[in-house]
Amino acid sequence: MAWTREEMAARAAKELKDGFYVNLGIGIPTLVSNFIPEGISVALQSENGMMGMGPFPYEGEEDPDLINAGKQTVTELPITSYFSSADSFAMIRGGHIDLSILGAMQVAQNGDLANWMIPGKMVKGMGGAMDLVAGVKKVVVVMEHEAKGESKLLKRCNLPLTGAGVVDMVITDLGVFEIDRSGKNPMKLIELATGVTAEEIRSKTDAEYVSAL
Amino acid sequence: MGSPSSRKVYKDAKSALAGILKDDMVIMAGGFGLCGVAETLVDAIKESGVKGLTVISNNAGVDGIHLGKLLETRQIKKMISSYVGENKIFAQQYLAGELELEFNPQGTLAERIRAGGAGIPAFYTATGYGTVIGEGKDVKEFPDSPRFAGRKYIMETGLWADLALVHAWKADTEGNLVYRKTARNFNPMMATAATTTVVEVEHLVEAGEIEPDQIHTPGIYVNRIVHSPDAPKRIENRTTRPRNA
Repeated sequence: MAWTREEMAARAAKELKDGFYVNLGIGIPTLVSNFIPEGISVALQSENGMMGMGPFPYEGEEDPDLINAGKQTVTELPITSYFSSADSFAMIRGGHIDLSILGAMQVAQNGDLANWMIPGKMVKGMGGAMDLVAGVKKVVVVMEHEAKGESKLLKRCNLPLTGAGVVDMVITDLGVFEIDRSGKNPMKLIELATGVTAEEIRSKTDAEYVSAL
Repeated sequence: MGSPSSRKVYKDAKSALAGILKDDMVIMAGGFGLCGVAETLVDAIKESGVKGLTVISNNAGVDGIHLGKLLETRQIKKMISSYVGENKIFAQQYLAGELELEFNPQGTLAERIRAGGAGIPAFYTATGYGTVIGEGKDVKEFPDSPRFAGRKYIMETGLWADLALVHAWKADTEGNLVYRKTARNFNPMMATAATTTVVEVEHLVEAGEIEPDQIHTPGIYVNRIVHSPDAPKRIENRTTRPRNA
């Protein structure tokens, strides 16, 4: 037993606080918008130049001038604003965005993150990922714990980094870890997914951590 | 006799680019994916046959559309982009060593263009520090700054192009521009960062018809305008929700 993609997204949604400005990455992070807790209101930023992103449009109401960073058609809300890419990344790099939730290929116990490049394979580019992890106040990674039986939570990343010492929290299908970016404290296991034991997660994790269950 | 600024208006894309295009030039192309791209101008560049181009653009178009057309004809020598995504011809040419590629983080790319246009030769940013993007770049700390102490920053340089291809929703004959929704993206900065800025617009009105307070890009940055009311607007990922939800 472990968390499904939806359960991982629902767990990530618990990191949202009322009034937060949030950037969600592509994949499981996008699902987080389906689990925003009752009574909490957040504004979703899309780095191509929109704050206050609404849901997908009704069929027939798609607007080619209104897309998100995944190039999907979206809608506006009463709080929506539009701005240039320079203004968008001023928000991101200037520390004005409260939370970034994104996927990863690897995370290291010191908060290093790799999610943009596998040497020898065609590289699509980092897009806005390096800016987000360098600038957003809190960075939460949501990813599968393992890929092809190998731990993605490592002592050190061996893929090219997206950012060094940038991750604050990792939510996998097996549990939740906290990382102290300053390096003063070791990585902590703070929560187990449904039906997962401390022994199982230990055996599937390459990174060193202390248990704070 | 029209107003002096109406001299900026050209009858079509070909004439708007006349006398500007040359081999090995540097071109900035606005747009995010296929949103807010100056496709009519790209078509005219394809027709011109100009080659050896360095193109600064967040993305590289898709197969057969926008910059994808200039890749098909091998007119592009080098791309400076943040994400080249789903583009088979791009991948083929890149893997065969026929196309140079410089990846920039998207915010770094936007800021490099903004800086170039604002006369700023270089700036420091935390983005990319500790990654391959930071390799070989000047690293600086700012220990006396309450805001910036405790982190390391890398130097990035301002960008400038021979030609900027800008898409706007509306222009007046002076070249004052208004963008629409997320079609704004890289267009405003690129308009400021090239020797010649050519704008493709959906709507063209007389000077005075746009409320000055609503102008996004002042006409000083715009050299030439072409009215393309029928240019195609494409959707890359059409996503919808059911009405009865």
